[in-house]
Amino acid sequence: MATRPQIFRPGTNTLARVSIFVGALIVVEILLILIVFFRSNYWRQVHIAIDQPVNFSHQIHAGVVGMDCRYCHTSVAQSSFASIPPTETCVTCHTQVKQNSPLVQPIWKSLETGKPIEWVKVHDLPAFVYFNHSIHVNKGFGCTECHGRVNEMPVVWQEQALFMGWCLNCHRNPEKYIRPVEEVYNMEWVRPPNQIALGQKLLQEYNIDVNRLSNCYICHR
Amino acid sequence: MTMQSQEERVDLSEIRTRLAGATGQQYWRSLEEVAETKEFQEFLHREFPSGASEWDNSFSRRTFLKVMGASLALAGLTACRYQPVERIAPYVNAPEQIVPGLPLFYTSVATSRGYAQGVVVESHTGRPTFISGNPEHPASLGAVDVFTQAEILTMYDPERSRQVLNNGDKSNWDAFVADITPQLAELRRARGAGLHILTQTVTSPTLASQFRALQSAYPEAQWHQYEPVGRDNVRAGAQLAFGEYVDTLYHFDQAQVILALDSDFLFAVPGNVRYARDFSTGRRVRRDNLESNRLYVVESTPSITGAIADHRQPLRASEIERLTRVVARRLGVSGVSDTELPPGMPAEWLEALVEDLQQHRGTSVVVVGDNQPPIVHALVHAINQQLDNVGTTLSYIDPVEAHPVNQLESLQALTTALQSGQVGMLVMFGGNPVYDAPSDLNFADALARVGTSVHLSLFVDETSARSTWHIPAAHFLEAWGDARAFDGTASVIQPLIEPLYGGKSAHELVATLMGQIEVSGYDIVRNFWRSRGLGGRDFDTFWHTALSKGVIEGTTAAPKQVTLQIAEFPDTVTALPADELEILFQPDPSVWDGRFANNGWLQELPKPLTKLTWDNAALIGVATAERLRLQNGDVVELRTQGRTLRVPVWIAPGHVDEAVTVYLGYGRERAGAVGTGQGVNVYRLRTSDNLWITSGQLRRTASRYQLVSTQDHSSMEGREIVVSGTLAQFRSNPEHPPFFHGEHEHLSLYPDYPYDGPRSWGMVIDLSTCIGCNACVLACQAENNIPVVGKGQVANAREMHWLRIDRYYSGELDNPRIYFQPMACVHCEKAPCELVCPVAATIHDDEGVNNMVYNRCVGTRYCSNNCPYKVRRFNFLQYTDLESETLKLQRNPNVTVRNRGVMEKCTYCIQRISAARIEGEKANQPVLKDGDVITACQAACPTQAIIFGNLNNADSEVNRLKAEPLNYGVLEELNTRPRTTYLARVTNPNPSIEPEMPADGHHGTETIPNPAIEHEMPADGHHGTE
Repeated sequence: MATRPQIFRPGTNTLARVSIFVGALIVVEILLILIVFFRSNYWRQVHIAIDQPVNFSHQIHAGVVGMDCRYCHTSVAQSSFASIPPTETCVTCHTQVKQNSPLVQPIWKSLETGKPIEWVKVHDLPAFVYFNHSIHVNKGFGCTECHGRVNEMPVVWQEQALFMGWCLNCHRNPEKYIRPVEEVYNMEWVRPPNQIALGQKLLQEYNIDVNRLSNCYICHR
Repeated sequence: MTMQSQEERVDLSEIRTRLAGATGQQYWRSLEEVAETKEFQEFLHREFPSGASEWDNSFSRRTFLKVMGASLALAGLTACRYQPVERIAPYVNAPEQIVPGLPLFYTSVATSRGYAQGVVVESHTGRPTFISGNPEHPASLGAVDVFTQAEILTMYDPERSRQVLNNGDKSNWDAFVADITPQLAELRRARGAGLHILTQTVTSPTLASQFRALQSAYPEAQWHQYEPVGRDNVRAGAQLAFGEYVDTLYHFDQAQVILALDSDFLFAVPGNVRYARDFSTGRRVRRDNLESNRLYVVESTPSITGAIADHRQPLRASEIERLTRVVARRLGVSGVSDTELPPGMPAEWLEALVEDLQQHRGTSVVVVGDNQPPIVHALVHAINQQLDNVGTTLSYIDPVEAHPVNQLESLQALTTALQSGQVGMLVMFGGNPVYDAPSDLNFADALARVGTSVHLSLFVDETSARSTWHIPAAHFLEAWGDARAFDGTASVIQPLIEPLYGGKSAHELVATLMGQIEVSGYDIVRNFWRSRGLGGRDFDTFWHTALSKGVIEGTTAAPKQVTLQIAEFPDTVTALPADELEILFQPDPSVWDGRFANNGWLQELPKPLTKLTWDNAALIGVATAERLRLQNGDVVELRTQGRTLRVPVWIAPGHVDEAVTVYLGYGRERAGAVGTGQGVNVYRLRTSDNLWITSGQLRRTASRYQLVSTQDHSSMEGREIVVSGTLAQFRSNPEHPPFFHGEHEHLSLYPDYPYDGPRSWGMVIDLSTCIGCNACVLACQAENNIPVVGKGQVANAREMHWLRIDRYYSGELDNPRIYFQPMACVHCEKAPCELVCPVAATIHDDEGVNNMVYNRCVGTRYCSNNCPYKVRRFNFLQYTDLESETLKLQRNPNVTVRNRGVMEKCTYCIQRISAARIEGEKANQPVLKDGDVITACQAACPTQAIIFGNLNNADSEVNRLKAEPLNYGVLEELNTRPRTTYLARVTNPNPSIEPEMPADGHHGTETIPNPAIEHEMPADGHHGTE
């Protein structure tokens, strides 16, 4: 009676063990990749220049020309929203400067048709987060802390990934980032070596109670 | 009408026995609670009944998969970014005052019920979002009623008419003008004969002057007016008493004794919001003010006015006349024949009342309801004159209406003209006569005989559908206009937005009839006031002042001297036929005469006393229900004058016996998706013989109907929730009022948190002045983007209101005392909800506010399970409408729109706190004062019963109130340390009617005198413990 050949060779056991192990590893790997991916700058669009309907350069306006942030972002000190300038703000200068440049044409078109220029939102917080610009700039938190060196950006990108942990880092340790109110719009501000001491002093001076800054309802409502 | 045979039926006589056998003060919310039915037990033990978390049947698994498939596909398309691309569209030319992110506020007036109520409207970059009261306006003083607040939703209603219709077909404005111009030319040649105008009550000076101009151009044109909830009796009563039309203004703040005869003056009359404020100023009992006015109410149907009364006596509406005659005669009014006291009125009650009135000459006032016949109004005028009240607690003014007429006769004249074919053109400005005219007039048939009919209306309603032309109307937030308040003060109606759906205002339509096609509503109104010569040469300043204040200076009516012209008061009392019940028609607390039927906020608002939503019911008293063996939801057939109507009944404790109250405004056929088909149309029973009080038969049927009431939802199981006592008891020991139990011990394993920052929030609600009007509930809904869930969901206790008003009864079934208690998250310092949340989605901040973080919430619902106050609401389904574009415009941009699966609750209006906190911090004034943060509910409250403020500001009103001896926290014994506390309700009964009980402190709440229970008590006053 012929013996039937074994279907599995003895080595198959090892293979089975290894494949279980490898399978588990792959699952873990995929999870890790997903976590890394969803926290990546790529996914959060950090350092990715966003195309805008107008080829507007902050580098030229805020950097080369040296315009103050508030010339266009007028309500930054009064309101939650810093404001995107109306077309007429652009027009005030461009009737004198570079009237005929093709780059400026969208402005004239908007003025003629009365249709606003639809800018793409770069810093887009989730709808359940209520960020208020005015309280930050009035209490000594500079534009560059969140927006980076906008005066060096030909096209604006997101400098920070805007994770809640990053917000909390400052809300818990504001002394590391605070600066004198006069320096808030200064793009060139560099933290002094005695930042912590200065920060402690400014917190006192500006009446900032650090404990309160991590209340949920400070940002969520 | 569905059969639900296996439902448990409540045994009313059993309830009577239970209440009679009860010892001490018992507060109850519903008959089901006292009877301990299974349904009530279910609501008690599970906040949401079993099956509440199951997916709605109407949304099948198949639909779910389809929708999910589609949204997954869409998700795939946008996957290259973690959020969809959003765009920002700045202005091209920025308007000067708009700062993006900061709201602007404009004054205007709402004319929801004809008379002006001053409002301040919040606008976010051009879109109005919220209506609150105008503190400068006499009819508001900063507060608003529910109808005015709900107007914002009506304005954005996606079902509002967007299109001119010609016989139901789409058309346009130009075609309309082209069609009527030759007809008008012909009418003009005929001196206007055949041109008829139908309006509702008009208080607009501009519109009135336009109508006068129209009448000089068309001298034989007829102006008719009809309002289904009209004031013909009031006008006729004044005519009878004084020989001329006058309006009566009440000054309740001057009154110490008030007698309301079937009058719901806190809700149903023009000026109700102001009256509520004035009334409440006399009831703010505090340690240093041990005085209170006294309100006697005799009424047929329980009303919010009856609920706050010190003495309430049920009496059939048709017998009020008899009672008034007795009171008048006893007070010495001449010309009143001797009458017997109506049965059911205790003689000693009347004695005490008459004596009280006599002792308060000049400081008392008698008010009578609009539904009472003219003779009763005349009698009451005579009584007030007799008591020297004119000039102190009430005054007379020339009528505020532009053209006061008997509206029923006016409508009858129109119907007759229509039927005889004399009407060439009928132009209807608003109103819905096909639906709400008395049924014997057959208005719909009459309308069919007109040459051309034009209906200007917000919705394509029953009347629009039968008119030749339908013109979409502009909402009052969209068009210029003006109106006068109950005291004559005129205001400009200032629009905040261009007509969303291209509507026309009444002014523009009249101008069109006059051939002035291109005139704007703005010019019409402005030119009218310019022509009045007001403001002198500097008209612009006058105009801007009028707009910024919201009132036109110098237009308030001056008091008018009138003399009684009536010598004899003929007796018009008719006896109720033997086998019949009295049938009473009342405007509905939610939809009024039907005009608010398509407003979801109002439909879902639990009615103040029955707590019914989405339906009207026939209210009957407990004894009548016992006699006829009726239960809540049994369908009965009402028959009067050959007309029949099937309507479900609801047993209302305190309702007078042998009478049934039916509410107008339901059973709409063309209201829109929200209102169509809800409830029963009782206009079918209403005839021009008697618009308010009639009689008829009631017959049981075998069918049942599901009525949805929220009264058993969120029950707190008979614990000491409402605390109440009498003024005499309070006076006996102002520092320790004897109606409180002893102090509670506050022990905790956890160390106390210091709350020593610049701000710490708290609220006090005064139960003595809360009238249960629902203004706070609706303000909360509008401010906080609270969705409407629909009748089926309310039946599962899934209504989303963050703030509810609990209504409690105590005492005898037939005439219980009624208590209101607004209840929202009380922001416990030791909050039970926070301990059980597995994801820390609800935690405390150091300003004492219980934070609810939506983005953390995973929907375990442990928190609501552990909340002793039952104030947390859960989004079982996707309740918020994310599809309708216009509804998105209404939402408050500073409050998160919640989605399915998230728990929510009162936040103390954290968006308002945040705004004030940021402004305070910026100005380096972190300690906020009174007035810096006003919550939505607080602002809306007509009686200022809700006070919110900073506990860490020693000067704040809320601190003063927390130190009052009447202050108590609900369920304090649980050691939750609620931040919202209440001031116990203090009533001021007449000692001759309710003899004072000896106030022995240790009996606590049990010493509250209550006639029903006292009579059952042994003489030594000893009763058991609860």
